[in-house]
Amino acid sequence: MTEPIDELVLDGNAVAGALSEIYGDDMTTVLAECASCGNVDHIGELLAYVHAPGIVLRCTACTTVVLRIVQHPRGARVDVQGKRIPRPPK
Amino acid sequence: MPDRFVTRGFVGRREPTGSAQAARIPPGQHLVRDFPVLSAGPTPRTPLGSWSFKIEGLVKEPASWSWADFLKLPAQDFVKDISCVTKWTKLDTRWRGVSVDILLEHVELDRRAAFVTAFSDGGYTTNIPLPDLVNGQSFVAYEYDGKPLAPEHGGPARLVVPHLYFWKSAKWVRGLRLMERDEPGFWESLGYNNHGDPWKEERYTGD
Repeated sequence: MTEPIDELVLDGNAVAGALSEIYGDDMTTVLAECASCGNVDHIGELLAYVHAPGIVLRCTACTTVVLRIVQHPRGARVDVQGKRIPRPPK
Repeated sequence: MPDRFVTRGFVGRREPTGSAQAARIPPGQHLVRDFPVLSAGPTPRTPLGSWSFKIEGLVKEPASWSWADFLKLPAQDFVKDISCVTKWTKLDTRWRGVSVDILLEHVELDRRAAFVTAFSDGGYTTNIPLPDLVNGQSFVAYEYDGKPLAPEHGGPARLVVPHLYFWKSAKWVRGLRLMERDEPGFWESLGYNNHGDPWKEERYTGD
């Protein structure tokens, strides 16, 4: 049964713009490996929670956080927890 | 000539209730009538039979309650205005729950305890200075608007710290950890403010 809150989940393609602003490139086809369960997804396939103070991308298998973004007024803050994902350029 | 364009009627027609309401809305916020749902992850579904609430960390002996025991604690009704850092404010929200003061009566605090990390099902954490939780300023709510707190709003129980931005009011809260030093939580570690007072617009680190 789909719960109301879970209807708020998008996929990583929904945050393609925010990611490309940070990385200067399309990131949706980049592979991301969950640091917890090892599941591998394209970033565009990750679970995306955007109705929050920031953006949270999670593993499709175990929902562990893979990547977080906060649009801070003094520049976007990115926290990469998944493997294989390049570090954002400074 | 400006007087012709700024009439007394134009500047003076606010209803008393309107201006009283406006005075309750912190800077940079707008009023909402609905209750927006914000979430950084899937909604946890912890069965009440395995739910517990703990107070741990810098206490002489940790305290823990089952759901049944938690409901036996003295509860109070609270009517509070709440403000989310995403810029909405909701007035007169009605809750029922247990004051954090009551919960802390069950532990003996170490004198070094100065900060609290609230932790939740799903791994969410948020950090709050201990003085912001005591003296009637916060509670653990399990009812909203006369009904059991809905899962999307943090049920079965959420921390409510109404005088701070609402990300401090951890949904699905399972306990409070007393700490000597402030340890940034889920959003604070990525640039949100460690304190989060809406009246001072403490949204981000350095605000």
